[in-house]
Amino acid sequence: MATFKDFRNKVKPNWCPGCGDFSIQAAIQRASANVGLEPEDLAVVSGIGCSGRVSGYINAYGFHGIHGRALPIAQGLKMANRELTVVASGGDGDGFAIGMGHTIHAIRRNINITYIVMDNQIYGLTKGQTSPRSAFGFKTKSTPAGSIESALSPLEMALAAGASFVAQSFSSNLKQLTGLIEEGMKHEGFSFINVFSPCVTFNKINTYDWFKENIVDLDESSDYDPSNRVMAMSKIMETNSLACGLLYRDQARPSYENQVAGFRGEGLAKQDLNLSEDDFNKLVAEFR
Amino acid sequence: MISQLSWKIGGQQGEGLESTDRIFSNALNREGYYLYGYRHFSSRIKGGHTNNKIRISTKPIRAISDDLDILVAFDQETIDLNAYELRKGGVVIADAKFNPELPEGIDARLFDVPFTAIAEELGTSLMKNMVATGASAAVLGIDVGIVQKVVEEEFSRKGAAVVEKNCQAVARGAQYILDTSEISLDGFKLEPGDGEGRLFVIGNDAIGLGALTAGCRFMPAYPITPASEIMEYLIKRLPNYGGTVIQTEDEIAAVTMAIGANYGGVRALTASAGPGLSLMMEAIGLSGMTETPVVVVDTQRGGPSTGLPTKQEQSDLNAMIYGTHGEIPKIVLAPSTVEECFYDAVEAFNLAEKYQCPVILLIDLQLALGKQTAENLDFNRVKIDRGYLVNNPEPAEEGQLFKRYAVTEDGVSPRVLPGTKNGLHHVTGVEHDEEGRPSENAKNRKNMMDKRLRKLNNIQVTDPIKADAPHDEADLLVVSMNSLGGTIDEARGRLEKDGIKSNHMTIRLVHPFPTALVKEQMDKAKKVVVVENNATGQLRDQIKLHVGQAEKLGSLLKYDGNPFLPAEVYNHCKGLM
Ligand SMILES: Cc1ncc(C[n+]2csc(CCOP(=O)(O)OP(=O)(O)O)c2C)c(N)n1
Ligand code: SF4
Ligand SMILES: [Mg+2]
Repeated sequence: MATFKDFRNKVKPNWCPGCGDFSIQAAIQRASANVGLEPEDLAVVSGIGCSGRVSGYINAYGFHGIHGRALPIAQGLKMANRELTVVASGGDGDGFAIGMGHTIHAIRRNINITYIVMDNQIYGLTKGQTSPRSAFGFKTKSTPAGSIESALSPLEMALAAGASFVAQSFSSNLKQLTGLIEEGMKHEGFSFINVFSPCVTFNKINTYDWFKENIVDLDESSDYDPSNRVMAMSKIMETNSLACGLLYRDQARPSYENQVAGFRGEGLAKQDLNLSEDDFNKLVAEFR
Repeated sequence: MISQLSWKIGGQQGEGLESTDRIFSNALNREGYYLYGYRHFSSRIKGGHTNNKIRISTKPIRAISDDLDILVAFDQETIDLNAYELRKGGVVIADAKFNPELPEGIDARLFDVPFTAIAEELGTSLMKNMVATGASAAVLGIDVGIVQKVVEEEFSRKGAAVVEKNCQAVARGAQYILDTSEISLDGFKLEPGDGEGRLFVIGNDAIGLGALTAGCRFMPAYPITPASEIMEYLIKRLPNYGGTVIQTEDEIAAVTMAIGANYGGVRALTASAGPGLSLMMEAIGLSGMTETPVVVVDTQRGGPSTGLPTKQEQSDLNAMIYGTHGEIPKIVLAPSTVEECFYDAVEAFNLAEKYQCPVILLIDLQLALGKQTAENLDFNRVKIDRGYLVNNPEPAEEGQLFKRYAVTEDGVSPRVLPGTKNGLHHVTGVEHDEEGRPSENAKNRKNMMDKRLRKLNNIQVTDPIKADAPHDEADLLVVSMNSLGGTIDEARGRLEKDGIKSNHMTIRLVHPFPTALVKEQMDKAKKVVVVENNATGQLRDQIKLHVGQAEKLGSLLKYDGNPFLPAEVYNHCKGLM
């Protein structure tokens, strides 16, 4: 059986020392081993950004696509081979700006993949512009006088879009994060996990210390019920979207694949692609 | 008796013209006539004039006719808009309800048949379409029983009573013509068909069947005219083969999902028209860069922007060849008949996997939607070739990955599907090394660019051009792509009668351009005219760029939204002589 070390490769990440993304990578590797995957069973599809590089740092099948499109690529891959465990990952700009349309619809669609947003409230790779996650008033290279747009709440958005699994964590809390990714992988449907991942180079506001002070850890409250959608929405609003832990999970809702008429258990990619001559003749006869 | 004529039915969109057209033409098809349909419609569902025209012939035809023999009108607007097209002595069959009148100066015969009144007598005015169908059959001298048989199939799901009423409506319409026609209708009687019952199909459905037969099991797509029929065809049939269609949030999702699915190892395609293709361009570049196969259908319509969404045009050629930033290997295949739509769909999947690159299957609206008679499709011509796919790779050397992008002589590298043991590698749109790792190394960059572009140097495609070249020394070579061939052939028939020797060439592989084959045809002709539905002569420019011979190249362009008529091509060519 593979251990988390089997999910490591020899590539040295080009992230800045101290970047939150390192721990997220480690959490994906640990979770993969913990749920019993072999490296070839896992595919990591990522977007473009500092965060997007993660697919190249994990010993698994990795697809580093284009900016904002990790989710449709990952969904197509899962439709092709539902026997794979598919993780999609990218930045807050990737998922909530250019790729927001896909994020909302992937959530609605509920294909069984795990989506991890590496949320640093800024554009890292392009060197520090505002993101949909940047707070009102936040000064960046592209908002020198401070952002005059309001910040998106990913958790509210996900719940409103009909998510069947919503979680949030912090890259410093490796234990919680690993556990949530495991739960996400096991969840039969789309799992949305937003992870605070401090950008030590360009975001001097949302730092490790800032998160430690402001996060509300649900693991510390005994009366939180993640099967209650109304409670989840209240908690998110009460905590100004800073609640971490499993916020909502609907285990009754079937995944997209499990509702597709005629969709088989075996991955499409493994099925015989040939049509019988008999079937062909019947299809042609429809044109007469 | 005559061997061919044209029939048109017109009215307000949403009045059921399509079912009339379908029933009438299916009946004729079963009788063994060759048919060629043309739909004139607008981007709205209810209201607005719409019409369907069918050419009916005892011999193969692949073009609409210059004029019209029979016009069936559900309103005065249909007569006002279309009467000019009627040939001298043509027939108008119109609903008596609106007191139809022929515009001044039109030499035609008008039958006012109480479509609505008869239908209402039988129960509901909805059946006026069936009355019109019966009347049409009577004018052509077609046995109503044949029409009734199709009606039976069409309405069988709605129960015996509905079938019975509609059959009566057909019979009453026919009887009305027979009873009231004092003038002889002999000039409209068609020679009998050969009873062959050929295929009668639109290009979009032929592509759908081609995809299914090629092993395509997944189609993500976003609806658009005139491409939607492909997804509608596949969603009805894919579930029987374990596959499915997803209607995505946009075309970017559609094409990237298709890329993801192809990466996963299933054959997947998407289809759209100009606006969708514009959105897909970045992703088509990703397919080229990551060497992930993908098939994208572009059903060309009037551009630019929203343009003329329901009209014929061939103006996406440049965008399909040159779209996407950077330089990638890409194949653009342009079938010219519905049969080729089928075979080329199969070939597109094979090429995409063989050369591990994007393949654009480029058609035009008239080919996508014009329903026409087709020859039988040959199952034995279908071969699935998945290219250099490795199922059980040897373990890579210690610390290395599977060399997914190994630099090879022909540029094609071994492909392995995710899930395969010993196949781990990385895929990225960033320039990468043989294992797929990002690399900015200059030498590697050049090697990789060369490797990718080299793949198409010796591309093997069935019939990159199709030539009908009876003359070694022709006065004229007419060049076209997609749906224009039939119209050109008809024009050439007339030129031949005038003693003008013409050849015709359809370019099927528009990219990479089959220069040598095109030149060979051009060398046989004194003059060359490229006929195309766009304003700037995009196909002509490809020829100029690759073959040269600009001095003998001419253009016939049409971009008013309507397909060419044989007379237009004939007159232009005649004028060149
Ligand atoms: C279509 C397109 N537009 C713009 C870019 C440039 N770009 C690359 S990454 C990025 C944003 C990065 O921010 P985020 O997604 O939050 O990732 P991070 O670097 O913060 O991890 C942008 C704008 C691109 N690669 N593609
Ligand atoms: S710029 Fe920010 S997000 Fe990017 S690697 Fe450095 S710390 Fe991480
Ligand atoms: Mg970011």
